[in-house]
Amino acid sequence: MNLTLYVWRQKGPDEPGRLEQYEAKDISPEMSFLEMLDVVNEDLIKGGKEPIAFDHDCREGICGMCSQVINGIPHGPQEKTTVCQLHMRHFKEGDILYIEPWRARAFPVIKDLIVDRSALERIIRSGGYISVHTGGVPDANAILIPKADAETAMDASECIGCGACIAACPNGSAMLFTAAKVAHLAMLPQGRVEAAQRVCVMTEAMLKEGFGNCGNHYECQAACPKGIKVQFIAKLNREFMKAQTKDTGRRLVSEPFSG
Amino acid sequence: MLDGKCPSGPLAEKWDKRCREMKLVNPANKRKYTIIVVGTGLAGASTAATLGELGYNVEAFCYQDSPRRGHSIAAQGGINAAKNYPGDGDSISRLFYDTIKGGDFRAREANVYRLAMVSNTIIDQCVAQGVPFARDYAGYLENRSFGGAQVSRTFYARGQTGQQLLLGAYAALSRQVKAGTVRLHPRTEMLDLVVVDGEAKGITVRDLVTGAMSSYAGDAVCLCTGGYANVFYLSTNAMGSNVTATYRAYKKGAFFANPCYTQIHPTCIPVSGDHQSKLTLMSESLRNDGRVWVPKEKGNRRAPHEIPESERDYFLERKYPSYGNLAPRDIASRAAKEVCDEGRGVGPGGRGVYLDFAEAIGRLGEEKIRERYGNLFDMYEKITAENAYKEPMRIYPAPHYTMGGLWVDYDLQSTIPGLFVLGEANFSDHGANRLGASALMQGLADGYFIIPYTIANYLARTQPGKVSRDHAEFRKSREEVDALTKKLLSLKGNRTVNEFHRELGKIMWEYVGMARSEEGLKEALKLIPELRAEFWENVKVPGNGAELNQQLEKACRVADFLEFGELMARDALHRNESCGGHFRVEYQMPDGEARRDDENFCYVAAWEFRGVDKEPELHKEPLVFENVPLAVRSYK
Amino acid sequence: MPFLKSMVGRKIVMAVSGLMMALFVVAHLLGNTSIFAGPNGINAYAAKLHELAPVVWAYRLVMIILFALHVYYGIQLTLENQKAKPQVYAVKSSLSATFAGKSMIWTGSIIGFFLIYHLLQFTIQVTNPEISAGRNLDAVGRPDVFHMVVLSFQKSFIAFIYVGAMIALALHLTHGIQSFFQTLGLNNDRTFPVITKSGTLAAVIIFLGYIAIPLIIFIGILKG
Repeated sequence: MNLTLYVWRQKGPDEPGRLEQYEAKDISPEMSFLEMLDVVNEDLIKGGKEPIAFDHDCREGICGMCSQVINGIPHGPQEKTTVCQLHMRHFKEGDILYIEPWRARAFPVIKDLIVDRSALERIIRSGGYISVHTGGVPDANAILIPKADAETAMDASECIGCGACIAACPNGSAMLFTAAKVAHLAMLPQGRVEAAQRVCVMTEAMLKEGFGNCGNHYECQAACPKGIKVQFIAKLNREFMKAQTKDTGRRLVSEPFSG
Repeated sequence: MLDGKCPSGPLAEKWDKRCREMKLVNPANKRKYTIIVVGTGLAGASTAATLGELGYNVEAFCYQDSPRRGHSIAAQGGINAAKNYPGDGDSISRLFYDTIKGGDFRAREANVYRLAMVSNTIIDQCVAQGVPFARDYAGYLENRSFGGAQVSRTFYARGQTGQQLLLGAYAALSRQVKAGTVRLHPRTEMLDLVVVDGEAKGITVRDLVTGAMSSYAGDAVCLCTGGYANVFYLSTNAMGSNVTATYRAYKKGAFFANPCYTQIHPTCIPVSGDHQSKLTLMSESLRNDGRVWVPKEKGNRRAPHEIPESERDYFLERKYPSYGNLAPRDIASRAAKEVCDEGRGVGPGGRGVYLDFAEAIGRLGEEKIRERYGNLFDMYEKITAENAYKEPMRIYPAPHYTMGGLWVDYDLQSTIPGLFVLGEANFSDHGANRLGASALMQGLADGYFIIPYTIANYLARTQPGKVSRDHAEFRKSREEVDALTKKLLSLKGNRTVNEFHRELGKIMWEYVGMARSEEGLKEALKLIPELRAEFWENVKVPGNGAELNQQLEKACRVADFLEFGELMARDALHRNESCGGHFRVEYQMPDGEARRDDENFCYVAAWEFRGVDKEPELHKEPLVFENVPLAVRSYK
Repeated sequence: MPFLKSMVGRKIVMAVSGLMMALFVVAHLLGNTSIFAGPNGINAYAAKLHELAPVVWAYRLVMIILFALHVYYGIQLTLENQKAKPQVYAVKSSLSATFAGKSMIWTGSIIGFFLIYHLLQFTIQVTNPEISAGRNLDAVGRPDVFHMVVLSFQKSFIAFIYVGAMIALALHLTHGIQSFFQTLGLNNDRTFPVITKSGTLAAVIIFLGYIAIPLIIFIGILKG
């Protein structure tokens, strides 16, 4: 099949960008979307032009590196599917595709379709962990965890941190990403100890990074390739209110043992 | 003769003894030492986090935009530990024995025993970090059995165990970044190791965003950069996985051990066409409930449900009655190749076998199967547009893991003092074949529980901050790397980097793949240098070096694969035996099973670099089996 | 970080103030229905409220504070959100965001302006002084609210403004009610879809209740 692509091209963070038109020819329906772009890129290189830069790595839908908005939908039209797992059989001859990078103030474009998502790392860094040192922990079965809780924690922990939720959100909010981490750890007895501080520092970090506020539109859930549910945002909100009843002045401790 | 420096004494006491003998670094002195950690998968993230916790200064590097994107994240099945929670007869010594046997008696006993010993602590640690492992209704951890094991010792988190473990290690790492002990350098790729006075003292890296070349000096370097399966072009590795870090270390004097030991995983989705950029693994756990078969008759083009039971050949069950569909990976892969070579393969191109769940669905119900493997069935459907609940999956082997890697001693130190190698990047624990759910175990064992002890033993003998990056060696290294990228950009040839990679992959898969022959390997040794020569004349790398340039990144990696492929073929050619993932057609039993030669090849082959177009020098580390009798590895 | 600066804290203020005002909207609607009992009903109701002036004023004060908070944070959050998403996609397709959700700031503004008009008209009674209840007393000497309402809604201009504002209110509540439960975390997998549907249903019932009065008067079923 043959398709027309309008791809966002931008040389660098401070350069202006624009959509450029490309033709994708002789595309097999068995190809993945990224393999289709590979074909376009090979043609560009041979024609002496710069190939389209895009993030990708595992190409099996788990690393969270790939990040493209196709016709206004992060990761494209197929539900619960990353761009790398999206196959061309979901498109048809003559389709016109607009391919753009994640857009949010907190995600500046680095080049073409590649954006800087380090703001997400800083949110995790603020408190998305359990402050445990290596070694000296109890036996894995010493603390029992109800199956339902472990399953819910896992539902939240499946987040691949791709940022599609932010790309989809009309407000550029990182609430689903943050809520997934808060909920994952708050569901487990090991994570409860620091739950109150965690939710406070992580929501604060979100604000500092320039993400917007949650408007309860649930675009994030609809765009999430892993089907992370907005009920985790409700969980974050509950955790936040619960935290207000506690002294959350103390931040998560993260000093090394010595020095 | 190489010495692995394993402690003497009874097997179970070796590690303890080693720990007792090792020197320590005073807590107040730790922050004076800088340790460079390259790669942030399971091995790298756990190393950086733990060393940071201990108070060392850590500089951590990864080429991805975040440490949590290391390819460990894609591991599906699980992680082994000798907890014996199900009470089915497991123990440390059984895990040890299974791993030694699974590795076809080509691994170091002492290393493997230590791995089995610390396996239990890993599970404890991960649970404490908040890894949501599967649990039963009483709240206890669940286990499942996994390829090549007769006990249930595999802990898992749905089909995303690697992801969950990596997120745990990443959380620990993030905590240290916040504490200021670890500095992260994402989107930064190591392109050279800097050796000063014979010791590893730093690395040269390229900032993948700005293209800037720079060096980092440290008191020790830990390479946790994974395996080299992408030498085959098509593999289950991530697109960015590469051999560059370990290969450049090899060129700087570290020995490369057993490069020919590559694991071809039996349960991958078959290739669909020439456009294919990578292969997708379906967790081996599928073989717990799926039955592998092909039609008995050749060239059968009927749909699977039209083939009656009597005309199906459940070849794994037939050949290996006691392990059946759970036979180890190398054996299952080779068996699949055999039936396809006979012309009985299924699907387009005839390179595939069925993995059938009809019997399990009939026995347990579709719901149960959905609960166990739902995400894998979904993934299969996304890629192939076929519903595996209704018709059998089609699978075919694909390069997946590489047991070979930089040679390390018992302390995980390479032949260059100060250079430590962990996880898949080293060669140490899996011998000639790795068992399922053991890679995660090894990566975390190395990072959480071994390197923190052994690196201190090295550091205690060195003076902190002895070398700075102003040293002449650093300048030389930067100039070399700079010259290399400049050369690549200046060639302006006619073929793209990808074309060279694909061609190399075809050579490797054809001649250095699942079944190797002397003739084929010699052919490969002729073809690879030719291709390499063409690459250095005719490759086309667009753009410039002072910007984000993905083609240049890939060109650097492919350039190393083009040299490394030759080393692999050479190692495969020299090893005149069949063992584990290395199968030489000349060395097989009458029934087609691998014929090992313990008389002549019971050693680790460690290669020393002698120059790009020169033959490397072979060093041997004899493998001594004091606790396990060398036996024919039979799964019948 | 102080509660009123935090992301979630401010949303909780929005949710709680919004709900209180929604409850007022319901109470107000119930009061309004007294019009169906004829002049005696609503005029008596109005007179009763006048007797309870201190209570009413205390109540008004609370409502003014809630209103101010809701408007202040509503505008602040919206501005922040716009800043967080400076560039839009060339092609944008909504997956689950509704028109109601995306137009909260606009429906909210309409309701705000309408509220001022509504107070000027029926409470302060300056827009149409000729029919103001304060100047026209009923048979027993009470301000004739009934006729003020009826005569107002017989004017198509006023009826039109009221129906228009009620559409804005309905949209605002459609998103607002379910949003309240989400922001306060008062939902789970099971109740989530029920709450969303019930919220919309409640908004529709409130809408129908409110527009019933101008419509019935405008069509001529209820006459002066």
